Amino acid sequence: MTTYNRMVVFMQAVGLAGQSAIQFDRVFGALADATRRDIVRRAISGNEGVVELAAHYSMSFAAVQKHVAVLERAGLVEKHRIGRRKVVRTHLEGLRIAQRLLDRYEEIWRERIDLMATILEETKES
Amino acid sequence: MPVTTVTKDPVALTMTVTTELSASPERVWQLWADPRQLERWWGPPSYPATFVALDLIPGGKAIYYMTGPDGQKTPYSSWNIVATDPPKSIILRDQFADETGTPDADFPIIGMRVNIEDIGGGRTRMSIHNEFPSAEALDKMLAMGMEEGMTQAVGQIDAMLAESAQVPA
Repeated sequence: MTTYNRMVVFMQAVGLAGQSAIQFDRVFGALADATRRDIVRRAISGNEGVVELAAHYSMSFAAVQKHVAVLERAGLVEKHRIGRRKVVRTHLEGLRIAQRLLDRYEEIWRERIDLMATILEETKES
Repeated sequence: MPVTTVTKDPVALTMTVTTELSASPERVWQLWADPRQLERWWGPPSYPATFVALDLIPGGKAIYYMTGPDGQKTPYSSWNIVATDPPKSIILRDQFADETGTPDADFPIIGMRVNIEDIGGGRTRMSIHNEFPSAEALDKMLAMGMEEGMTQAVGQIDAMLAESAQVPA
């Protein structure tokens, strides 16, 4: 609960107050794992099912299946039926939330750098 | 205002900001090391930061809060300083914390790597690499100094994302 409240305050401070905190948390959590980030990248092409994806990793099929499920809940991948096959495809809409976070961070940093330049300018004059 | 370039990777959750400033590296370092100067640029103008502690040495800590337009204080945050090489580089973790600077383990950590480089003519290039990974991933990365690997990975993802026309801009 504390974490949730902090997340809300944090999102207000960084200008993401309109986001659903739960969704944000899920996307954040899902992308915090290297294997899951890799699955998201591979699934951009949308050609592989869970079995094919699992072949890329040294972990068990069940472990990969679990990672895919976490990504599915976060709205980062979807399963699509192509004929008899089921492929895992990156849901680009789901990545937008991450993109928005980075966009907001870009704004924050641009603002910070402008302020830095102003401070440097002042000390030059004095 | 300075020309700033930004590289973002929405899958890896990383962002690198690079800018050039008209000052020496030593002067730019002061923007980070002097709490009164830091306070003037760290918080957004609508949420100015107050640094109650700042010790920019390896193993050092910074503790700060921000004040919103309604006068409400945000929860405390802290920096854990992982490494410094004045006036050239800083590696730190920015995170939610309590008033003593002890991190809140439930919240993701933002990893930051600052590089400050003299480019001659009284100018300095400063880059800030931000990461939003898991604490374990950050630990490993810092331990192994995987900077090159990271840069490569980001390049690969950029190329991959560029191939997909539907990717959010």
